[in-house]
Amino acid sequence: MLSRLPAAALSKQGAFAAARTASLRPATRSGSVRFASSDAASSSGFQALLNSRATLASATLLSVGSIAWYTHLYGSLPFISEVHASSPAEAGLHPAAYPWSNKGWFDSFDHASIRRGYLVYKDVCAACHSLDRIAWRNLVGVSHSADEAKALAEEVEYTDGPNDQGEMFQRPGKLSDYMPAPYPNEEAARASNGGALPPDLSLIVKARHGASDYIFSLLTGYVDPPAGVEIREGMNYNPYFPGGAISMPRVLFDGLVEYDDGLERSPWALGTPATTAQLAKDVTVFLAWAAEPEHDERKKSGIKAVILFSALTAISLYVKRFKWTVIKNRKIFYSPPTGKGH
Amino acid sequence: MAISNAIYNAVFKRNSVYVTTIFTGAFAFGIGFDTGVTKFWDSWNRGKQWKDIRHKYVEES
Repeated sequence: MLSRLPAAALSKQGAFAAARTASLRPATRSGSVRFASSDAASSSGFQALLNSRATLASATLLSVGSIAWYTHLYGSLPFISEVHASSPAEAGLHPAAYPWSNKGWFDSFDHASIRRGYLVYKDVCAACHSLDRIAWRNLVGVSHSADEAKALAEEVEYTDGPNDQGEMFQRPGKLSDYMPAPYPNEEAARASNGGALPPDLSLIVKARHGASDYIFSLLTGYVDPPAGVEIREGMNYNPYFPGGAISMPRVLFDGLVEYDDGLERSPWALGTPATTAQLAKDVTVFLAWAAEPEHDERKKSGIKAVILFSALTAISLYVKRFKWTVIKNRKIFYSPPTGKGH
Repeated sequence: MAISNAIYNAVFKRNSVYVTTIFTGAFAFGIGFDTGVTKFWDSWNRGKQWKDIRHKYVEES
């Protein structure tokens, strides 16, 4: 009915009806507003309220809003049952949000942690996982000095060539070389790991839901499978891994890696204790850095950009007001011609 | 009025001076702003960056 009425007629009717009710006169068909389809009851105040556009709009808003709120909170509507072929466990447990020291808007990476994390990567992860996109030179000025990075690179043999005889030869690594991969190709990696491919870790923090939180939870989350969950031979149970069955076994244990920030440098200071959680935290920070080496510079540039652009915005707003003030404050008078016998 | 006259005579009167002032001003602001932000960044992230921990691993020779 609402859609058929012209808007003016609707508001007129409403105003008229309200006036009627206020003066407590008997509700009768209004004399001044006539519609082809008007009914006798339409002039009461309650009817006017029901028919008003504001009521329609607010009722629509209320129902849409409550549906949106409910689905946001609970995920699905009540009384409309759903059937899923999967269980929530198959999407993996949601990792907790951890207070990473590089989490805030102004926070840089903790570079001591990156250095420890590199040690964990080298001693543990590098046995199966490659780190293709990080070269030795990337460590310089981030976690190692140039001399240290050179020494690390020289420990690895790289194939180079061809030489003037047309043959490939082996040489020690240089700063410009990339981190060595544990397997020559994907097939070799699968063959050594029961068919499962250990993913390259260069961008793994960016490539997974939950990012650092997920990596840390996964590394520390190995538990015995709950009753009723069967894990195949060669697989391991980890609730954070989608599906629960992961080929990678638990690899981090207390004291597995010896950190180099302690004893021999300063005999009175104890090094960082290499607990499982500490190892997992450090290697996660290292991988977060590997996924985003520009992180520190990015945040620093962000600070500058926000300051500059907000200053420029403020200036331009001021200038606009300044220029428009003449127009905004202008008053136009019309003096009608007087007399003159027009 | 004296101040604005002084500024006008010092900066705006000659276009050559005006343009030079803009260029040097931009250069000086760039350096100053960068120094200021870096100072804030370094104090906010004290002890976390490589330059703060470098001395632990490198012996100057």
